[in-house]
Amino acid sequence: MRRLLGASGKRWVVSVPGLWLFVFFLVPFLVVAKLSLSEAAIARPPYLPLWEWDDDYLTVTLNIGNYRYLIEDTLYINAFLESLRIAFFSAIFCLIIGYPMAWYIARARADRRNFLLMLVILPFWTSFLLRVYAWIGLLKPNGVINNMLMGIGVIDQPIPMLQTDFAVYLGIVYTYLPFLVLPLYANLVKLDESLFEAAEDLGAKPVHTFLTVTLPLSMPGMLAGCLLVFIPAVGEFVIPALLGGADTLMIGKVLWTEFFNNRDWPVASAVAMVMLVILVLPIMLLRNAQSAAEGRT
Amino acid sequence: MTVSDDQPWRDPSAQPFLRIKGLSKHFGSVAAVDKVSLDIYRGELFCLLGGSGSGKSTLLRMLAGFETANAGSIEIDGQDMADVPPYRRPVNMMFQSYALFPHMTVADNIAYGLKRERLPRAEIASRVDQLLSMVQLGDFAKRKPSQLSGGQRQRVALARALAKGPKLLLLDEPLGALDKKLREETQFELMKIQEETGVTFVVVTHDQEEAMTLATRIGVMRDGEIVQVATPREVYEYPNSRFVADFIGSVNLFEGRVSEDGEAHMRLDCADIGAEIYVGHGVSCTPGQRLWVALRPEKVRVSTQPPAQSHNVLQGVVDEIAYMGGSSVLRVRLANGKLVHVTQPNLDRDDAHPVSWDDAVYLSWGDTAGVVLPV
Repeated sequence: MRRLLGASGKRWVVSVPGLWLFVFFLVPFLVVAKLSLSEAAIARPPYLPLWEWDDDYLTVTLNIGNYRYLIEDTLYINAFLESLRIAFFSAIFCLIIGYPMAWYIARARADRRNFLLMLVILPFWTSFLLRVYAWIGLLKPNGVINNMLMGIGVIDQPIPMLQTDFAVYLGIVYTYLPFLVLPLYANLVKLDESLFEAAEDLGAKPVHTFLTVTLPLSMPGMLAGCLLVFIPAVGEFVIPALLGGADTLMIGKVLWTEFFNNRDWPVASAVAMVMLVILVLPIMLLRNAQSAAEGRT
Repeated sequence: MTVSDDQPWRDPSAQPFLRIKGLSKHFGSVAAVDKVSLDIYRGELFCLLGGSGSGKSTLLRMLAGFETANAGSIEIDGQDMADVPPYRRPVNMMFQSYALFPHMTVADNIAYGLKRERLPRAEIASRVDQLLSMVQLGDFAKRKPSQLSGGQRQRVALARALAKGPKLLLLDEPLGALDKKLREETQFELMKIQEETGVTFVVVTHDQEEAMTLATRIGVMRDGEIVQVATPREVYEYPNSRFVADFIGSVNLFEGRVSEDGEAHMRLDCADIGAEIYVGHGVSCTPGQRLWVALRPEKVRVSTQPPAQSHNVLQGVVDEIAYMGGSSVLRVRLANGKLVHVTQPNLDRDDAHPVSWDDAVYLSWGDTAGVVLPV
């Protein structure tokens, strides 16, 4: 009897997130999937229905053309590749900047760690959009940085920084750095201090200790952190739209243009579907990395 | 073989291998290690014995180079260690947690130190094989530490620490994580390996039995200071303070005042036990001085009949008996309520005249059975 109650209780608890996922993920996903197979039209909504009842006949029209269009027009492939490239290098830059931060926090005195972690999370207390706008003020030709550099006479002409790839990288790295630092910190702080001492005791200089012990043992944290930067960065729209130039081609921007400017909902949906499939792969990698990390400790 | 070969610390001309002079380490206002001076000789198996917080681990970590001293010096084989970083010291350490690298195989763990020396591959491989067979783990070379039992991990840690042929091996509670049976076996294995390799061992332990079994000499630590350095037998039979007497094994401590101070004997008036204690050797003291006598439980005889001797006899009632197999521990209550612990060996399988609860018994001991302690 108790077991029965327990089982049904568990079902109730699971059903809440289950329902959430169904209503806010699965249903919209199916709607987008359906849209991606329909045909664009000048109508309201701007696509033709997927199926029609005509007397006793059910006519289902599946339009694969949207996906073919994505392959035929190099714009989309280029946008995908460019997005992956920017996301990949952003993750690498985040790693280079974030690793020393995570390491320093993990090695700091226990009573200071929470304060340092709070500093990492602090930017989240301001709206993401505001922070990106603030970068515009810093980077624009007559912005803070250029004015300062010209004021002290380092440069005569303002350096074009806004609306370049540099600004996009800067924005992404700045925004997503905490996502790398936090999992990496969680990984590093769990490592047993005596492992480093053992390496040193056995004749490893600090550099060798880092390369042979710290680095391999922090691999799960590095992978998790990088993927947490990479995955949202691929579909990033706001940062390339605000900081990037006209030639910054990211798939999030293409999708937006397709949807709102061209009103081609089916093609936009196809772009979204392909992006989802591409991102499922690293998400599975992330899960494997996490279970490997848990298996080790 | 002369005495001094076996016990170099008795030879005034012998050069100590490890020389610690006035070593201190402060953490904030606490002196974890306080002006410790200690000489350890080549080939010794020296045990630092003390409770938690006695500074024994800090002292060991200073030898390894993980802590820097606030004062004093460490000399290993004539070389001052003050400016030598841990990775250049001719010292290796076996960690209490073993600190095996979880991402490396057993063989890679053992080879780690050798690889840092950039030895040829073949040489590393043969050395690793040799060490694996020494600790009887030949079949486990390709395993990861997580796939080993506690005892196997302990042996990997030992092999890894010995791989570079250190001049000095530091062992931090080497048997602490093993269960009792395995610990006893491993103790002897550790001694055998120490003898075979001839490496000087410094072992930190809080387990006095472990220290007694392993050590050539024991350094007893308390509050950052070394209170006695002596062989296991000396530490047990001739403790130099009540603390050491009490810390090593169990002991009855009687407090008294000198009532008679002879050339080759003395008498103590012990209000503690309401009797006089006769000591059959001279003690430098003054009449009326407060002294303590430490009497080991196994040095006390129990009888139901009055013993032949006229002094060092007490009367009491058996309060508690604990049968331990090899011996029995008795707690005897004296007339004034003080409890005296007595250990009796169980020599026969059937005890013809068993002492039982509430029996009136006589306790007696020899003239030199007790240790007279001024502090």
